[in-house]
Amino acid sequence: MRAAKEVRDDRTVLSIQEDRIDAHNSGELKNLVLKTLEGGAKNVVIDLARVQFIDSSGLGALLSGYKNANLRSSGFALAGLQPRVRSMFELTRLHRVFDIYPSLQLALSA
Amino acid sequence: MCETAVNLEIVVPNETRYLRFVGAIAEQLAKELDVQEDKRETLAFHLNLALTEAVANAIQYSTAVSAKDSVRICLSVKDAYLSVRVFDHGGGFNLAAVPTPDLDELGERGRGIFFIRSVMDSVQYSKTDSGNVLEMRKKIA
Repeated sequence: MRAAKEVRDDRTVLSIQEDRIDAHNSGELKNLVLKTLEGGAKNVVIDLARVQFIDSSGLGALLSGYKNANLRSSGFALAGLQPRVRSMFELTRLHRVFDIYPSLQLALSA
Repeated sequence: MCETAVNLEIVVPNETRYLRFVGAIAEQLAKELDVQEDKRETLAFHLNLALTEAVANAIQYSTAVSAKDSVRICLSVKDAYLSVRVFDHGGGFNLAAVPTPDLDELGERGRGIFFIRSVMDSVQYSKTDSGNVLEMRKKIA
């Protein structure tokens, strides 16, 4: 899982550098988010702007991050969802669960 | 072998790194089909999704039996229907017993078949002497 980690003010941004999240790399995403939270990140933003496709295992990895963040009283937001990715959240109604921002810029200014 | 005259047959190792490959083939097939232009992008996405989920399932079930096994996929178009069949040699599962997920639950698993059912017109799973087959059909015209 190629991803860039950057701390901006009180937020930790994980910018996913993959165009596809599926059963091949979703486990790595899950571990990356978990390690980031274990490292003390208090507000995590996952930038998905480059991701064109996500499957059920990818949604599962993000749900894992969401639940882990809640347990640690950390913020957890998603940004930059492309139309196909967004449709997966809507199909499963997970867009009601996650904090989702149209872009990273908007997530950081929220 | 696939029975229809016009078809694609793909055999990939039991490895998730091939999901990208089969998804790309599904997208390319959608781009070659005679469908309305405004429906092509959605069809490409849905075929990619259905095939990705089905092959990931097949890899998961097959790996439990033999890590050296392969997954066979048949894509065929006939009478305005696209048929996608994914064969595995694992223990199989009961498709009818796979519940529609409770969308208010935040479980990390259990949405793959839901996605397939959502984007395809019909889904069947059967056990045969030569293995198990998940067949998904979608009307394309």
